[in-house]
Amino acid sequence: MDSVVNTAPASGKGGIEWAPLTRFLMARLAYPLAGIGVLLALWWLGGWVIANTPGTESFAGFAPGPTFARLGELLSSGEVWIAVVPSLERIGLGLLWAVLIGVPAGVAIGLFAALREVSHVPFQFLRMISPLAWMPVAVLAFDTWDAAIVFLVAVAAVWPVLFSSAQGVRRIDPLWFKVARNLGADGLQMLRRIIFPAIAQDIFAGIRLAVGVAWIVLVPAEYLGVTSGLGYAINDARDTLEYDTLAAVVVVIGVIGFVLDGVCVTLIRRFSWHEEA
Amino acid sequence: MTDSIRTDFISHTFKGQRSPTLLDIDVTIRAGEQVALIGRSGCGKSTLLHMLAGLLLPTEGCVRIHGRQVTRPSEKWNMMFQKPSLYPWMSVADNVGLGLAFAGRKDPQRVAYLLELVGLSEKAAANPQSLSGGQQQRVALARSLATSPEVLLLDEPFSALDAFTRSSLQDEVSRIAREQNLTMVMVTHDIDEAVAMADRVLIMAANPGRIVGEIQVELTSPRQRATPEFSRQREALMTSFEQLVGGETTAAEEEEPEQAGKRKAA
Ligand SMILES: Nc1ncnc2c1ncn2[C@@H]1O[C@H](COP(=O)(O)OP(=O)(O)O)[C@@H](O)[C@H]1O
Ligand SMILES: [Mg+2]
Repeated sequence: MDSVVNTAPASGKGGIEWAPLTRFLMARLAYPLAGIGVLLALWWLGGWVIANTPGTESFAGFAPGPTFARLGELLSSGEVWIAVVPSLERIGLGLLWAVLIGVPAGVAIGLFAALREVSHVPFQFLRMISPLAWMPVAVLAFDTWDAAIVFLVAVAAVWPVLFSSAQGVRRIDPLWFKVARNLGADGLQMLRRIIFPAIAQDIFAGIRLAVGVAWIVLVPAEYLGVTSGLGYAINDARDTLEYDTLAAVVVVIGVIGFVLDGVCVTLIRRFSWHEEA
Repeated sequence: MTDSIRTDFISHTFKGQRSPTLLDIDVTIRAGEQVALIGRSGCGKSTLLHMLAGLLLPTEGCVRIHGRQVTRPSEKWNMMFQKPSLYPWMSVADNVGLGLAFAGRKDPQRVAYLLELVGLSEKAAANPQSLSGGQQQRVALARSLATSPEVLLLDEPFSALDAFTRSSLQDEVSRIAREQNLTMVMVTHDIDEAVAMADRVLIMAANPGRIVGEIQVELTSPRQRATPEFSRQREALMTSFEQLVGGETTAAEEEEPEQAGKRKAA
C-alpha cells in the first residue's frame, strides 16, 4: 500500500486524481443512468403522442415537462408532504402489525413441525386472497377508514414476513441449537441469542417483500373513504382533471417505493452474517 | 480418587426401532481420568456421549456425574462436536463467553484468559468465519471450558482437521485437561488419537452397542509419538481391538474401503 501512495504525487502534483474517480462513477452510474434515460424517453414519446392525437390533447399534462414543473411546485410549497405523511404513517403501522404478528408466528411454525402441518392449508388459502378482497370486511370491522387501510396493508404484508421467518428458522443448523442447549441456554436465551440473530436477515428479506406488496396495496386502499394520502391525491387530481398533478404524485409514489426498498436492502446487508464472497 | 461419571446399565432403543442401539453399558470413570471410547462407525459412541451430556435420556438405566443423576445439559459438563459450530454473528470473544452469558455472569477476564490458553488472544474481535478449521476448534474448546466444567466430552472433535493440526490439538487438549484436572471422555475411531490422549481406552462393539473390553495406556504425559513405547501401546490396542470386534463388518467399512488399509478402526 505504501508504495502506491508514494508514487501518486509524481503524476498528480498537489491535486486530487480525478481520472480514477470519474472512471469509478461512470462504471457505477452509467447503466442506471441509461435505464433512467430510456424510461424518460419513452415517457416523453408517450406524452408527445397523446398531445398530438386528436381527442387526447386534454391529457397532455401527463408528459414529463408539465409533470416535473408541477412536482417542483408541490415540493417547494410543501404540499407534497400533506399527501406523503399520512400514507407513510399507514404503511408504517401496517408493516408494524405485520412484523408483530408475522415474526412470532413464523418462528413458531419454523420450530414446531406439528404447527407447520396444521397451519399449511389455512395459510396458503388465506395468502392467495387478494388483500383488496378484504376491503368490505375491513370497512365493516373497523370504525375508521384509517384503521381499515392499516388492516389491509397488514393483511398484505404479513405473509412474506411470516413465511420468510419460518424459512429462516428451518434453515438454522441443528447443531447450533444443540451447542446452545449444551451451554445452558433456556428458551428465552435461545430465542434472543441464537434464533433471532440467525434469522435477522431472513426477517428483513421478508419485510422487503412486504414493503413491495404493501406499497402496491396502499394506493388503491386510499381511494376509499379517506381524504388524505397519495391514493387520495391521485383520485382527487383525476376528479379535478389536473393530470400534471396526477403524474407528479405517481412519480412521488415510485421514488418513495424505491427509497423504502433501498432501506430494506441496507438492513438485510447490515444483519447478514454470511461471509462476503 | 472419587468417581466422576457412572453409568448404571444404560440401554437405549430409539423410537421405532426393535433392537437396542446400546445394551447394558456399565462404566465408571474416575475424577480427572481421560478415557477414550473407540469403536466402528455406527456402534453407538455418539449416542452414549449424548447421554453423558444430558442431551439424550436412555430408555433404561441412568447416568450419574458426581452422584447427581444427569437429566439435562448443565454447565458442569460440556460436549464438543466434530464441527466447531461457532456463531457467525458473534465475535470470537462473544462465542467463548456465551456459556457465561447464559449463566448470567459475564466475565471478560476469564474470556481473555481462555483465549490466551488456546493461543488466540489476537483474534478476540475477529469473526469466527475468518479463522481456519483448527483455530475454530480451539475457540470451541475455549467456549466449552468457559463455565469451568468438571467433565469435558469430545465427539471426534479433530476428525475434520488436517493431520498436523490434529496432532497439535490433541496434545493441547490433553495438556489443558490434565492441567485443569478435567475428567475427559472422548469418542474416536482413530487408534493413534486414543493412545495419544487417553489413560484408558474402552472398546465398543456394535449391534447392540456394548463395551467389550478396555485397555490401560501405560504412558506418561506429554506423549511422544515417535517412541517405541508409543508404538507398542498402539500395537497392543490394535490387537485387542481386532480380537474383540475385528470380525464384524460394518457399513462404514463398505463405504470407506480406503480406510481399511490405514491404522484406523473405522
Ligand atoms: N435419532 C436417532 N434415531 C434413530 N436411530 C439413531 C438415531 N441416532 C443414531 N441412531 C442409530 O444409532 C446407531 C449409533 O449411532 P451413533 O451413536 O451416531 O454411532 P457412532 O457415533 O458410534 O458412529 C446408528 O445405527 C444410528 O443409525
Ligand atoms: Mg458418532
